[in-house]
Amino acid sequence: MSSKIGGIEYTQTSEIKGPLLIIEGVSASAFDELVDIETPSGEKRLGRVLETGGGKAVVQVFQGTTGLSVTGTKTRFLGKTMEIAASEELLGRVFDGLGRPLDGLPDPVGADFLDINGKIINPERRDFPTEFIQTGMSVIDGMNTLVRGQKLPIFSGAGLPHNLLAAQIARQATVLGDSEEFAVVFAAIGVQNSEARFFRRSLEESGAIKRSVLYLNLADDPAIERVITPRVALTTAEYLAFEKGMHVLVIITDMTNYAEALREISAAREEVPGRKGYPGYLYTDLATIYERAGRIKGGKGSITQMPILTMPSDDITHPIPDLTGYITEGQIVLARDLFRKEIYPPVGVLSCLSRLMKDGIGEGKTRGDHQDVSNQLYSAYARSRDLKALAEIVGKAGLAGPDLKYLEFGDLFETSFLRQRYDENRTLDETLSIAWDLFSSLPEEELTKVRQEQIKKYLKKEN
Amino acid sequence: MVAKGKVSWISGPAVRAEGMSGAEMYETVEVGKDNIVGEIIRLTGDVAFIQVYESTSGLSPGEPVVRTGHPLSVTLGPGMMGTIYDGLQRPLDKIAEKVGSFITRGVTVPPLPKSKWKFTPIAKKGDIVTGGSILGSIPETGLIEHKVLVPPDHRGGKVVDIVNEGDYDIEHPIATIETKGSKDELKMYHTSPVRKARPFAERYDPEVPLLSGQRVIDTFFPIVKGGTGAIPGGFGTGKTVTLHQIAAWSDAKVVFHIGCGERGNEMTEVLIKFPKLKDPLSGRPLMERTILVANTSNMPVAAREASIYTGVTMAEYYRDMGYDVVLVADSTSRWAEALREISGRLEEMPAEEGYPPYLASRLAEFYERAGRVKCLGSPERTGSVTLIGAVSPSGADFTEPVTTHTMRFIKTFWALDTNLAYSRHYPSINWMTSYSGYSEDIDKWWVKNVDKDRPELRIEAYTILQREDVLKEIVRLLGPEALPDEEKLILDVARMIKEGFLQQSAYDKVDTYCSPLKQVGMLRLYVDFYREAVNALKSGVALSEIRALPVIPPIIRSKYEIPDDKLEELDRLRKSAIDSIRGLTKNKEVTATVV
Repeated sequence: MSSKIGGIEYTQTSEIKGPLLIIEGVSASAFDELVDIETPSGEKRLGRVLETGGGKAVVQVFQGTTGLSVTGTKTRFLGKTMEIAASEELLGRVFDGLGRPLDGLPDPVGADFLDINGKIINPERRDFPTEFIQTGMSVIDGMNTLVRGQKLPIFSGAGLPHNLLAAQIARQATVLGDSEEFAVVFAAIGVQNSEARFFRRSLEESGAIKRSVLYLNLADDPAIERVITPRVALTTAEYLAFEKGMHVLVIITDMTNYAEALREISAAREEVPGRKGYPGYLYTDLATIYERAGRIKGGKGSITQMPILTMPSDDITHPIPDLTGYITEGQIVLARDLFRKEIYPPVGVLSCLSRLMKDGIGEGKTRGDHQDVSNQLYSAYARSRDLKALAEIVGKAGLAGPDLKYLEFGDLFETSFLRQRYDENRTLDETLSIAWDLFSSLPEEELTKVRQEQIKKYLKKEN
Repeated sequence: MVAKGKVSWISGPAVRAEGMSGAEMYETVEVGKDNIVGEIIRLTGDVAFIQVYESTSGLSPGEPVVRTGHPLSVTLGPGMMGTIYDGLQRPLDKIAEKVGSFITRGVTVPPLPKSKWKFTPIAKKGDIVTGGSILGSIPETGLIEHKVLVPPDHRGGKVVDIVNEGDYDIEHPIATIETKGSKDELKMYHTSPVRKARPFAERYDPEVPLLSGQRVIDTFFPIVKGGTGAIPGGFGTGKTVTLHQIAAWSDAKVVFHIGCGERGNEMTEVLIKFPKLKDPLSGRPLMERTILVANTSNMPVAAREASIYTGVTMAEYYRDMGYDVVLVADSTSRWAEALREISGRLEEMPAEEGYPPYLASRLAEFYERAGRVKCLGSPERTGSVTLIGAVSPSGADFTEPVTTHTMRFIKTFWALDTNLAYSRHYPSINWMTSYSGYSEDIDKWWVKNVDKDRPELRIEAYTILQREDVLKEIVRLLGPEALPDEEKLILDVARMIKEGFLQQSAYDKVDTYCSPLKQVGMLRLYVDFYREAVNALKSGVALSEIRALPVIPPIIRSKYEIPDDKLEELDRLRKSAIDSIRGLTKNKEVTATVV
């Protein structure tokens, strides 16, 4: 970040509330302009203009307003919006939530200064994501395939192993027949110190740290910085992907903390709230983060986003997961009942979805039976769950014939298809052949989602 | 000298300007040094509130605001087909040519291409024409003949001059019309304000179905040409895929797809997929009849509000040529959120969930722009605009304001169901909570054009589904074994109908589109199977024998194993199903005689 100082200095602060500073007698300030703030004790802080006009400017202070006073606070409008210096030198570095070095090395020297709000990709210039990423996780590869340029969030709950899963994916993700590595941009938003350390260690162990950039806003860092952290991280990702042609995987954790910071600012501005006190523009605001993924026609690089959020009280209809699900291209949902059964990854597969799956799989990309196998797994597992609920009421005696087979299928699915070790990296063929093994436990006439020729080719008949 | 005001306050997409006396409501203005387009949405004294269609980042108080003197309008003429526009009718490909892969602020590009078009006159010298009359025709794409119209607000008169057949660009005057001594030169294009419905002569009753090739829609919850429909559903219920299917396969002549606050990749998907898909009737690429309006979720929020109006005005223009137009808007909830955001910035008093009190009236205004009409002017022709809006209820809760208000103004309601989607039942249209107010209106059409038995088959199939819904409750308490065989049969057949008829794969070459004839054929297959099975049970055949019939899997697979050009196989399958059930009965009788 540049510390160039320009513009006029103001000292007339009229009001301080929550994270906001209201400055009076301002003759020229632009919307979104960056502001340098000096506390009466001489400490420097940074802010951004949220509203301006009539000689008044509303400034959001990133490091919080503690220690600021109505008299003696100096502000200087910097005449530019927030930018970061982007270069390939960023790889291997660790920064705080505003992009300032945390690793003791000097400020990065930028080849380019880029606005952290990014630029909007022209939808006409987007290239549709179609390259299959093998994550080595059966439940993702087989049933919710990830493709390059997709934004696929993990909806988790407090205490569920979302970090393990994300780290395993970051470690194992490969594109078949392509030796290029991913660059990883990691943005921690209000997470605990231990979680940030876990990711760092995991990247170090796999050797990926040299190709990673870390932005850390930890739980004890200023909350208002959190609205900046993902934008700084994505600006770096965009530079690496669209200027330098790299394939970038962006992991953002935890978006719930982001949304809460946004709510705090909105409440301080006394805005009319939407649902649960979140601002009415939460959807639009989240979209300006999530939509910064994808590929561009003619460009080599891509941004694949994997944001993680914890659903308050495991409630998927809470505004944060709800609005996220409307923007992202699917979701991986972790389920507490599976976690209790000690199944890892505890993916509640029925509520998961990958919208881009169909375009990344099939003959020539993965395997001709991939889609049908996925459909059959879904339909059979859904039925087994229904029957399980029923069996709890009427007992197994109330069920007959194929229904009992389905019950058994459900258990097999969870223990042999879903369950995997932390270090188990399955190929797609392995994943699909486990699925066909499961199908052989069902009567053949129940397999209506797979085609006759595939049954002939893949189904192992039991004697 | 143009009247100039200046910016006095900025908060996101809302801007206040002073010195704007004489400005009109909904007049467009150019704001700031970058000439960002905005629209006046409130006037107090000489202060105007402006919603600005591009990012205001970096805009300062004191920058100029210039009035344009006209309301937000679209330019209507040849060259629109196949284009992807933003919410302000700027072609996105032209923006990309000018500024590269990322959209920057203040780009101006003309909405119509400057190319030459082959114009063939239809009106003749000496003809009397009125507003809306056809002057001539241009082959716009392989699928669309573009009719050049007298602007609908023109007072009309006598054609004193019209050009001969030939190639002209859009700025070339093509006809001169004389009214009471004054002469007007007309070109191939005219402009139309977006917030006002284009006029027509007369509205007709709905009687012609808009066929989508989707079984659950056409058979159970149909929509008509000129009708209105809404498709609400939580995320992941397949809204977008269902809308894409309607856009791809509906038998409308022109399709508008408005991506209003949705994902960028979804527009890309249409742009990549539609040129490859062929129109089932003509074999031409679907893109030749499609226009896209894209204002994705990360694009400026005020332009999202405008994009719906931009789209529907263009749709009405093609209606006025005498075409059936279908417009799908994905999603009206994001549009409502744009209203809410602007309203919030203006500190208006909110109604439910922060939405402005005028949300309902805005929705009503939008859906009332649908209709099948007699167009203005000569020659006499009929055109229609069908409006289908996606709704994205927060938390999949259908009692939220946008869904409840929308339900008041539409007639077909396709309720998408999260649980169906979880078990991958697509399209996840719930057959118990969805409804269509048009079913009876179009029975006549089906009887006349497809099959006289269709109303009866449809009711019988739907009754099976309804009875299953009731029985399900009993099963939930007592288990399926508690039911008698006749009722278990209903569960079985309902399951076959769900899997084999209601579910339809958008990604299967055969199944993606189902013709009306095949729909009736399949309906008959299931209904006859049920009728025969009921008879067999009555004559003592065990349900387990029916369940074991090898003909059942082929029945369920018939949706993708029997293509439209081999419908006779469907009938053969039906006969073999009937024969095999009757075979069971016969065996029973034989055994009975022996004993």
